Amino acid sequence: MSFLLEARGMVAGYGELTILHGCDITVEPGRISVVVGANGAGKSTAMKAIFGLLPLREGRVEFDGRDVTGFTPQQLVKAGMGYVPQVSNVFPSLSVEENLEMGAFLAPQKVAPGLERVYGIFPVLREKRRQPAGQLSGGQRQMVAVGRALMMDPRLLMLDEPTAGVSPKVMGDIFDIIEKVNESDVGVLMVEQNARQALAIADTGFVLQTGTNLYTDSGEALLADPEVVRSFLGGKT
Amino acid sequence: MEFVDWLNASVYLFNKGLLNAAKIGSIYALGAVGITLVFGILRFAHFAHGDMMTFGAMVALGGTVLLREAGINLHPVPTGLLALPLAAAATILLAIFVDKNVYAHFRARRSPPVVFVMTSIGVTFVLQGVVRLIGGTGDRQFFFVVEHAGQRIREDKERWIVNFQWLRDHFEGFRENLVITAPQLWLFIFTAVALVCLHYFLTRTRTGKAMRAVSDNEDLARISGIDVGRMVSVTWIIAATLCAIAGTLLAMDTQYKPILAFSILLPMFAAAIIGGIGKPFGAVLGGFIVGAAETFAVFDWRPVAGRLFESVDMTQSMALVPAEYKLAVPFVILVLVLVWRPTGLFKGQVL
Ligand SMILES: Nc1ncnc2c1ncn2[C@@H]1O[C@H](COP(=O)(O)OP(=O)(O)OP(=O)(O)O)[C@@H](O)[C@H]1O
Ligand SMILES: [Mg+2]
Repeated sequence: MSFLLEARGMVAGYGELTILHGCDITVEPGRISVVVGANGAGKSTAMKAIFGLLPLREGRVEFDGRDVTGFTPQQLVKAGMGYVPQVSNVFPSLSVEENLEMGAFLAPQKVAPGLERVYGIFPVLREKRRQPAGQLSGGQRQMVAVGRALMMDPRLLMLDEPTAGVSPKVMGDIFDIIEKVNESDVGVLMVEQNARQALAIADTGFVLQTGTNLYTDSGEALLADPEVVRSFLGGKT
Repeated sequence: MEFVDWLNASVYLFNKGLLNAAKIGSIYALGAVGITLVFGILRFAHFAHGDMMTFGAMVALGGTVLLREAGINLHPVPTGLLALPLAAAATILLAIFVDKNVYAHFRARRSPPVVFVMTSIGVTFVLQGVVRLIGGTGDRQFFFVVEHAGQRIREDKERWIVNFQWLRDHFEGFRENLVITAPQLWLFIFTAVALVCLHYFLTRTRTGKAMRAVSDNEDLARISGIDVGRMVSVTWIIAATLCAIAGTLLAMDTQYKPILAFSILLPMFAAAIIGGIGKPFGAVLGGFIVGAAETFAVFDWRPVAGRLFESVDMTQSMALVPAEYKLAVPFVILVLVLVWRPTGLFKGQVL
């Protein structure tokens, strides 16, 4: 089987500290992969390692059949990855439209079509396009953050807890958006605290614990596994 | 007290007060914008900013000497201005050279901001030495006499006198003039043009927006594919150009001296903080606020009062603060701002 993203045996950490001890994460073309796990399990760290924000001590990352281990974020953006970090994922003093423009900084010719696409997905952003992103509500800010990552028309969208701090209604909206983005054949790799909902839309789910893969299976299978439900989802199936 | 007294007093106040406030305010504004941009992108207080101005003024003076000796002039444009492109280029090279050889080293090691601040103080000392080595220790005028082809040729500091003929014809007793020198006029022109260009650059161009993005959120800028190293260079280019303009015009208006920067560094920082660190147009406003506060704090109101009222005691100064304490004024403003509104008027970052 060919993967859009295939990260194998990642070992990485901060300074002396090793957080990931040989962790695997994969995304099939046009599919959704979800990473869940307890706080501090290393989910964000794995995302950062894939996106070239942390050096890999061991392991390799392939994207689109190409070895991209050690690529810089710039190179990965050019190669077709978009990444939305967990925190501070907008430019607060830039307007909404400027935020989005920065998403296509590497390819100015993609700004105009990108804006149209993003405003098509998030119509509310068109109304707010002159407003500084720092003045938006949490949900609207997330839309800007996701929109920025979509500007380059990526083949893989990486989202670190896109629903953090938003109301249940907006959370539902964001999941809808992710499925909508995914329908246009964009692969999605997402870290999510709302594991139940996320796994429900996941083609593949990864349960991480202390930087290693504890379970890997289809989202459905993980939701049906009593062991996973008991320790990670809280409550019954 | 008659209406014409008011006219006389107003024109005097404009000439001796507001014009000076706007002049020194422009210098502070040009400096403070650079400080705030450097802080926004490189995240440290750049203490060598004043000496970068002195360096620019020194190169402009050297260029002026060469041009004058070669007999090149573009009267009525002061020769010092013809040397300004050279001064700007040299200051840019200096800034990039220092960045690549000094600050880049600490950036690579991810040193904390205080290391950068201390380093920039070190750079200040080195620059003060360099400026004295190249430009000498003495003070010099930009308008001097040269021997050219056996002739002594002068260049005068042009001044324009507005005598308000209409007011003179219509109001008996009106006798004030407005005097503005060429360097002052050019300073206002350059400040206005530089700030308009900067505004256009920061809000309309791709590179300018990317610079603001780096200042807002450096990590996200990197993730978006913005080359932060290039933005650092652009920042130095802008800051150095503004330094060269401000330094040269300040030295042309007064005179060149190796300690040109000494008394303007603190006011420039005060201006940047008042405006909200990282907010370029806050820094501009801050510059004019500090300039006005400083000018009017030590302004002697006697001549104004004398023009309005008969019974004014002309033996005692009517300044709020004795002139010796001029340097303390920005300091007081700085402390007040830090106490009441540490983010400045425009909610910038906290130093
Ligand atoms: N910049 C950093 N420097 C040092 N240690 C870090 C850094 N970021 C994270 N860590 C540590 O790495 C471990 C994993 O953190 P990570 O952010 O990957 O967890 P996570 O699974 O994303 O958790 P959460 O669900 O809370 O977001 C934690 O123990 C954390 O303390
Ligand atoms: Mg996380």
